[in-house]
Amino acid sequence: MGQLFSAKNKDVLASPIGINNPVTVQVLGICSALAVTAKLEPAVVMGLSVTIITAFSNVVISLIRKTIPNRIRIIVQLVVVAALVTIVSELLKAFAYDVSVQLSVYIGLIITNCILMGRLEAFAMSNGPWESCLDGIGNGLGYAKILVLVAFFRELLGSGSLFGFNILNYDALKEMGYMNNGLMLMPPMALIIVACLIWYQRAKHKELQED
Amino acid sequence: MEHFFSLLVRSIFVDNMIFAFFLGMCSYLAVSKNVKTAMGLGIAVIFVLVVTLPVNYLLQTKVLGADGILGMDLSFLSFILFIAVIAGIVQLVEMAVERFSPSLYASLGIFLPLIAVNCAIMGGSLFMQQRINLAPSDPKYIGSVMDAISYALGSGIGWLLAIVGLAAIREKMAYSDVPKPLRGLGITFIVVGLMAIAFMCFSGLNI
Repeated sequence: MGQLFSAKNKDVLASPIGINNPVTVQVLGICSALAVTAKLEPAVVMGLSVTIITAFSNVVISLIRKTIPNRIRIIVQLVVVAALVTIVSELLKAFAYDVSVQLSVYIGLIITNCILMGRLEAFAMSNGPWESCLDGIGNGLGYAKILVLVAFFRELLGSGSLFGFNILNYDALKEMGYMNNGLMLMPPMALIIVACLIWYQRAKHKELQED
Repeated sequence: MEHFFSLLVRSIFVDNMIFAFFLGMCSYLAVSKNVKTAMGLGIAVIFVLVVTLPVNYLLQTKVLGADGILGMDLSFLSFILFIAVIAGIVQLVEMAVERFSPSLYASLGIFLPLIAVNCAIMGGSLFMQQRINLAPSDPKYIGSVMDAISYALGSGIGWLLAIVGLAAIREKMAYSDVPKPLRGLGITFIVVGLMAIAFMCFSGLNI
């Protein structure tokens, strides 16, 4: 058991959540990170779905990595991912129909999410199943973290609620002149909030800055 | 014909792939450092969209739909089939371009294989799948191969406009003094955000 959580494996799991975040540092998987973050609930569901799919597809590809011919590896990877995404999409339709309607095409777009292809190519093709599983979970959670942060600010400032529960919509506040910022719910503000997160992270970690 | 142009203009300005749906962001941010390569990628995206969408349209309506040749609703298979069609066609297009137009191949070469995993292409197919189920009076309705081609062309041109615009701004931005932590990725996000706000003024457009 000690070997399963060695220092190296812990690093594989933890580094994408912190310093080597897939969204803000590796610039992967931005499309869906921006589109599903107007409310917290779909953001959480999306983050969990991506974590599960990344972990499983990493394990599957890592198990068959020695039998895949190099020339057609992209298509093999895409088919494995597409099969997993289909399963998750059907499960969501069965057990969380409202959320799956809100996420609409973005569940299907997990297939072309660069995080998946990026991790399959960069990690699962050259590492064992257990490390790949940890890497998948780590990157999925790193992605989920950004999604939840962005959705937190957008829902709180845009609709004055969190997970649909009322936080800021009180008459007393309105009389003092507070108003919900409708622009927060529009697509452009997602980009600007991500930019602020990147700004914060790079101001804290000087080695990430570009010239 | 009227519907053809209305779909085309709507998908360029109102339902812009980048500014309204954030599709294809990864390559959008990575390949927008200079105008020439941005143009190359944009043209490749238009090309692949225009080829794949009609094929996927026929696949969805004639094979997977409830009234298709198989007689049952198989639309849950659409993810796997769409991505297989896209990957296959990208491969074919790559070979055809290499054979018939070596100069175009030299300028698009590196981008073509990347396009198979560009969300804009898959997103186009998935949005089209949704639009087939709309009422025929809806301005977004796609009811024929012609409509699918016009939607593909419009989305592609919208994507090209967005990436060339961003590349031009980034070329100019090399001369400005950006705060250190924002340099590179951060300021690019803010620029895209401001461009998206500008494009929001088209959202009331009614054609």
